[in-house]
Amino acid sequence: MTTATATSHNELSKALGYIGVWIKKIPPVYFFLILVFLAGGILDQVLADGQIFKNPLIMQNIVVRSVALGIVAVGQSLVIIGASIDLSVAYTISITAVMSSYIMQGDPAKVPTAIIAVFIIGAAIGIVNGVAITKLKVNPFIATLGTSLIIKGIINATFSNYTGSVPKSFEYFGYGTIGPIPVSIIILFLTVTVGWVLLARTKFGAHLYGVGGNAEVARLSGVRTDRVLIGAHIICSMTAVLAGLFLVSQMRSGAPWVGPNGVYDLNSIATTVIGGTALSGGKGGVWSTLGGVLIFGVLETLFNQLGVNPYLKTVFQGAIIVMAVASYTIRSKKEAA
Amino acid sequence: MTTTTVSPTNQFSKALGKIWTWIKRVPPVYPVFLVIFITLGIINPTKYQSITGIMAFLRTASPLAVLAIGEMLVLASGGFDLSIGSIVTLVVLVSSKLLANDPANAYPAILIMLGIGVIIGLLNGLIVSYLKVPSFITTLGMMLLVKGSALYYVGGAPQGYLTDNWRAFGRNYFENVPVLGRVPYALIILIVLSIITYIVFNRTNYGKQILMIGDNVRASQLSGVKVRLVRIITFVICAVFAIIGGVMTGGYGGVNVTIGEGYEMQAIAAGVVGGVILGGGKGSVPNAIFGAFTLQAIVNLLNLLGLPKPYTDAVQGLIIIGAVAYVGLTSQRKK
Amino acid sequence: MVNVAEETIINTAEAIQPTVEVQHISKRFPGVVALDDVSLQFYPGEIHAVVGENGAGKSTLMKIMSGAYTPDAGTIYLGGEKVSFSHPREAQLKGVSIIYQEFNLLPERTVAHNIFLGREPSNLGALDTRRMNKQAIVVLKELGVEKMISPTAQVSSLSVAEQQLVEIAKAISFKAKVLIMDEPTAALTYTEVNLLNDLVGRLKQRGMSVIFISHRLKEVFDIADKITVMKDGKLIKTVNKKDVAPAEVVFWMVGRTLDHYFPPLGTPEDFGEVVLKVKDASNQILKGISFELRKGEVLGVAGLQGSGRTELAQALFGVVPFKSGTMELHGKAIAIKSPSRAIRHKIGFVTEDRKSEGIASRQPIRDNMLLTVRAVRFLFGLILKDGTPSSRRLVPMLGKQVDIRTDSFDREVQYLSGGNQQKVVLAKWLASDADVFIFDEPTRGIDVESKASIHDMIRDLTKKGIAVLMISSELPEIIGMSDRILVMADRQLAGELPAQSREQEIMLMATGHSKDDAAESPAAAGVN
Repeated sequence: MTTATATSHNELSKALGYIGVWIKKIPPVYFFLILVFLAGGILDQVLADGQIFKNPLIMQNIVVRSVALGIVAVGQSLVIIGASIDLSVAYTISITAVMSSYIMQGDPAKVPTAIIAVFIIGAAIGIVNGVAITKLKVNPFIATLGTSLIIKGIINATFSNYTGSVPKSFEYFGYGTIGPIPVSIIILFLTVTVGWVLLARTKFGAHLYGVGGNAEVARLSGVRTDRVLIGAHIICSMTAVLAGLFLVSQMRSGAPWVGPNGVYDLNSIATTVIGGTALSGGKGGVWSTLGGVLIFGVLETLFNQLGVNPYLKTVFQGAIIVMAVASYTIRSKKEAA
Repeated sequence: MTTTTVSPTNQFSKALGKIWTWIKRVPPVYPVFLVIFITLGIINPTKYQSITGIMAFLRTASPLAVLAIGEMLVLASGGFDLSIGSIVTLVVLVSSKLLANDPANAYPAILIMLGIGVIIGLLNGLIVSYLKVPSFITTLGMMLLVKGSALYYVGGAPQGYLTDNWRAFGRNYFENVPVLGRVPYALIILIVLSIITYIVFNRTNYGKQILMIGDNVRASQLSGVKVRLVRIITFVICAVFAIIGGVMTGGYGGVNVTIGEGYEMQAIAAGVVGGVILGGGKGSVPNAIFGAFTLQAIVNLLNLLGLPKPYTDAVQGLIIIGAVAYVGLTSQRKK
Repeated sequence: MVNVAEETIINTAEAIQPTVEVQHISKRFPGVVALDDVSLQFYPGEIHAVVGENGAGKSTLMKIMSGAYTPDAGTIYLGGEKVSFSHPREAQLKGVSIIYQEFNLLPERTVAHNIFLGREPSNLGALDTRRMNKQAIVVLKELGVEKMISPTAQVSSLSVAEQQLVEIAKAISFKAKVLIMDEPTAALTYTEVNLLNDLVGRLKQRGMSVIFISHRLKEVFDIADKITVMKDGKLIKTVNKKDVAPAEVVFWMVGRTLDHYFPPLGTPEDFGEVVLKVKDASNQILKGISFELRKGEVLGVAGLQGSGRTELAQALFGVVPFKSGTMELHGKAIAIKSPSRAIRHKIGFVTEDRKSEGIASRQPIRDNMLLTVRAVRFLFGLILKDGTPSSRRLVPMLGKQVDIRTDSFDREVQYLSGGNQQKVVLAKWLASDADVFIFDEPTRGIDVESKASIHDMIRDLTKKGIAVLMISSELPEIIGMSDRILVMADRQLAGELPAQSREQEIMLMATGHSKDDAAESPAAAGVN
């Protein structure tokens, strides 16, 4: 072997090595996403003559469909990393949609008031969740379930149908574009980025991983575990509020069933787990959750375009959630609970 | 120990002390239930201080209690079953179609539903045991699957009514019972199921192994426990109980699309109020039953106070949090 | 082996101020006096061992000194200054660090994150990961382990010994003047213990005051300068190591002489026919394992960490079964593919980590004891009111057999001491009627008196004709208990040694040398 070929061999393997390192960094869920895409493409060819993916707007459709779930899933991921959970996000979205629409009454001048109001409500919900879990020591499952019932009650007591309306200016959130890119997608990516920065680049994030990994160890190290967890819950509720604002700007008027209809509570949990974040806490991230959300988005779009019966859609959703998680867990040696 | 003359006051305070330790050992769910039920009795004596009224209460509370027992078994084994609410929906909707408005189909329909329940339980158990998917996710997926299937099968709306003989289990009474007057079928079903479950849970190898698995799976495995088998059986029991609870619920309330919505959360809350630890290792059949009774009593109390339904949900949420916090804090102090 | 330098240090220590001093410390918990008027001084450049039975108060004292508990009475002085801590972090900041037996680490996070948890270098809340990693390297360098451990390594990927080093690095990063270690060598193997001792020696030379709790008297005598004995919450004595013998220390600890450390070994009449015969067995981890186990004997298994001892036990018990080779039990060829199969073949496995593998801590003692019995019976078989499938007296009988100290068998196991918990595990296997017992570290983290008790029980088992395979990292235990010794190295069987072999012989074989090397090496001529 001449030296010339030897060096080019060397360079090639070096390059492959770098690529390998980079590939390992991509959360596995994205490979699953590619698989889903391929499967979708096949279904498309078979059932719809390839019409679906030929449509240039389809990709955009997929991502836009994922915005609401994606935003709230970021918050849910934070909470799950802290070894907690938030079942109240669906109704938080509902109350946001209804209250904001009610306050706005179609008047652009009222928009800032509405936004501030709902964010305050969101923060309050987050605080109540956090305090119940940390100070009253109620199991997060039960605490956030209880909160969701309270919110549900308040909503149903005051509103029963579409309420108020959203001014055209606010619809910008749901329908506007900056250049070719919809505003909503930008907001989604901003949210994920902020979530990532919080987790990976702040003290808060480092402490959150600690609290979720082993709260006692964190406490002994001087981490204010209660505050960190309450903070995570506040952030989660705020993402639910943001998602609610997006939805109401799309729907043009808020309705009480928005949250539960979209199954945002269970779906945000499922996409987090599918993304690879464990329910036990202490590890995971938000980019991986986004992968899970996009998988759901692809499936939603596909089912809608194929005209699948909405009830069957639910059936598939259930099956897919289980299969997606199974693809991770099947390899583990430990018994599940 | 030196002997001292025991004065009367000494004996009295000793006795008080003994009673107090005994009181502390009573699971919190019973005093909570009593307080709420007595309040109900004060506000509406005709309904809640009479035997007929109590029997009526028990008729409405029994379905949730049946669900709570099954769910408690799964919780004690360290898992969750979130599919039982949609199983109730399935029972009611599918039966409405299966019955085809013909009473002769009632018993076969029920048998079919029980069979479906076994299948659902098996699926849950197999997925958790062999695919290693956590039960939270498995039963969540199953919930969507079952709900979607039910709605698909009936095309989104009930396809008929539930015949009287089918509804008897949840609605009818045994008449002319000495002392008690009318006893609901539902209560008898509950009593029979609870006795069987009590024996199985407290007096069989299987029951003890449920708790062991919930406490320490690895140690159980290494001690020869057939973890997978025990788990699968537990999920099957839970699903079958959900079917039975569904028949009782449909019997009492008739058919409607949103029936069963949120039932699994209530069953879990009933278990937790009854002292189950979410994570496994602790459970009790009577406590779970009274947890369910407590939740039902709360709903009734709120209705009685004239709270419109939406507020009922809200207050129910508050009370669930409060009850669980109370249970959690008292058990901490015991340590 | 005392050198002049050591002596000098101890002498000068008495002339200078103690790094930390506790005076008249008392602490009560509901129903028990944990500490009763304890006063003690710890000096810089000194390694001070605190020994005593379970319940003697050692852990409580250490927890008070490190800020985890507050004393009911008494004062703590640091460098002559009175201090009081309301949180462990305060003690850490003042230079008192404690390392618990179960490390306070986050397995999913990096070394650097673990070291700086709670005080991460940051700019206005934004994490400065680069600075954190750099600072971590500085600390690791001080310990001399920067080449072994990278600040970005995930803690779960490190070995137990490496994790302990991370804990020590944490302490160094707090500029600790006092380092308290609870059973530091409990989870380490021979070579790792030596490395730790070297490290501790270096820390001592830097002037640190090192305090450690240990049940392993051999290690205490290997490395400590001073020994403090505690009993029933009181300070019994503090002595210089060189002034006492182990037997005296044991006497002070238990208040009486223990007749023997180990029961006498078996004699040839005790050993019966071959019960278990393994030939050329392998699985994905082990290679070519062949040995025989006879009725009535204790076959010790020694080896370094990673040599495959626990994996051998797991293979024999069906947790990670053998994939090739043969296994004969009582002359019949068998294949054990699962724990329940092993139990049906009457093999019992007392695991290494009783907390995670041996007991269900929130369940009653009774249920734990009966687990194996119940597991192999018919699932829906009824049990009696006291929980037993058949005999009412099974549980009390078992309790007596293993000498459990408890007022009720309905108590949850988590409330028992470590020694008693191990006895519950033992009872569980006795109940299963096993005639082959595998022990993996049977007396790890257990106090001296319970240790002796368990050793007696193991020997009693063999007297009843049970065959025992005993894995241990404690060489004195191997030498004291084994009728024959198997040595593992590199996931294979390195060889077999007779009873009463010497430490050097065992170690040489474990590190890959042959028996003949042992005979020839000058080390073999050294003291045991």
